[in-house]
Amino acid sequence: MLKLPIYLDYSATTPVDPRVAEKMIPYLFEKFGNPASRSHSFGWEAEAAVEEAREEVAKLVNADPKEIVWTSGATESNNLALKGAAQFYSGKGKHVVTVKTEHKAILDTCRELERQGFEVTYLDVRDNGLLDLEVFKAVLRPDTILASVMFVNNEIGVIQPIAEIGEICRARGVIFHVDAAQATGKVVIDLEALKVDVMSFSAHKTYGPKGIGALYVRRKPRVRLTAQLHGGGHERGFRSGTLPTHQIVGMGEAFRLARLEMGAESERIRMLRDRLLKGLSDIDEVYVNGDLEQRVPHNLNISFAYVEGESLLMAIKDLAVSSGSACTSASLEPSYVLRALGREDELAHSSIRFTLGRFTTEEEIDYAIRLLHEKIGRLRELSPLWEMVQEGVDLSTVQWAAH
Amino acid sequence: MSYSVKVLDHYENPRNVGSFGKEEEGVATGMVGAPACGDVMKLQIKVGKGGVIEDAKFKTYGCGSAIASSSLVTEWVKGKTIDQALDIKNTQIADELALPPVKIHCSILAEDAIKAAVADYRKKHAESV
Ligand SMILES: Cc1ncc(COP(=O)(O)O)c(C=O)c1O
Ligand code: FES
Repeated sequence: MLKLPIYLDYSATTPVDPRVAEKMIPYLFEKFGNPASRSHSFGWEAEAAVEEAREEVAKLVNADPKEIVWTSGATESNNLALKGAAQFYSGKGKHVVTVKTEHKAILDTCRELERQGFEVTYLDVRDNGLLDLEVFKAVLRPDTILASVMFVNNEIGVIQPIAEIGEICRARGVIFHVDAAQATGKVVIDLEALKVDVMSFSAHKTYGPKGIGALYVRRKPRVRLTAQLHGGGHERGFRSGTLPTHQIVGMGEAFRLARLEMGAESERIRMLRDRLLKGLSDIDEVYVNGDLEQRVPHNLNISFAYVEGESLLMAIKDLAVSSGSACTSASLEPSYVLRALGREDELAHSSIRFTLGRFTTEEEIDYAIRLLHEKIGRLRELSPLWEMVQEGVDLSTVQWAAH
Repeated sequence: MSYSVKVLDHYENPRNVGSFGKEEEGVATGMVGAPACGDVMKLQIKVGKGGVIEDAKFKTYGCGSAIASSSLVTEWVKGKTIDQALDIKNTQIADELALPPVKIHCSILAEDAIKAAVADYRKKHAESV
């Protein structure tokens, strides 16, 4: 039996895989020791578990375990990476480069860097959501110390050309940070090959628990960061605070499963995503946002023209999805990511993000397709814009009584 | 966002959806909002003898509260004279639908739609009034 509502919001968060949860539980009670306790077996046991998990995280991205620092999630990792690198290298220059479609954890941190006296360039993307390498090259300056580009976009799922950007940064002596929160378990990450200096990870986007993440900090060539949290000097001084053993064990197991299963899983999810896309493509005027090739199979972001996003969400409440939009006057803005793609406002207001994952089934996808067909039809019957377009009116020529 | 029972009812069963023929006698149209803002409301009234609104129809592109506000307004204006219709205030709409503060502007839009429709009627019938 189909259980409603159907969860199609895996990019917001994923459930903890039951295998992960099972592995975490003993570390809450029986094995509760503080991994920093050096004087007894409670501590040693916890420390061993933490180090095993560190190895698993490192293995997924082909890094050395000594390059992995535990944090509370990708938000903290991004803060530590950007503030830590900018502050440490501020003697060399004050210029930082990032992209307009980054997650708020990057954009807001960059705003803070501006308040601290750095100068930040926010690059545009092409209309497919991808960064233009020539544009990137052109903004680098002698005083550019740091660049930050996300691996996989959380709204539209496009994969940025990280390898190429890494080459450019390395050649120019720019520290390169990558927010990979949405990439783990979805794309192959090989930090031996990629010229990335710092990379952020989160457990809860990859079937691990919330509240735990990691930061990769390259050792060869060595990258330095100014610590942002001071205290007991944990994590070689990068990040103080008692390690949450159970969370760490969960992240380690989640990343181990991702390494073992991502090949087969991605193929299965690609099939489901293609089924969803095909099932919706006979609806008039639907547009996929973001490049369809350079994209993880888990994401489908679609605009249903002339239907407003919030009312569509209401109509399809059997589906747990997210919308980039709701009318601006209600202080909810159309997605800044879609706007950065140059989407017209109507389309930015009409977008739905479907993100599929480990527990999505064919039956659920078929239900979603049927529901969308029915509801899009109904809402278009209600839409004065749809009516005008059917009558041949070009909406861009209309004088709107904006309020 | 959670919706009131009345918003849900109007949203699920919107009253008086549709359009009148453009050339129909006594029909006037108010169109307010803009696609860029995420809301466009079209309210049509059909005015009969003595300036009484005999029928009304709407189409709305916007959130559930905007759809509910316009649906409600079509019910309220029927049977009123155009002057009485102008007395409908957004606060009455918001109260009736129990709109939360962020949705008040949806009711303002509905009030504006009435004004725009009446203005259109007066413009078309300027000579005869
Ligand atoms: C690209 C990206 N970066 C950072 C984050 C924040 O991660 P966390 O929830 O682990 O702080 C998210 C998740 O919302 C994300 O999608
Ligand atoms: S029309 Fe803007 S939120 Fe309702």
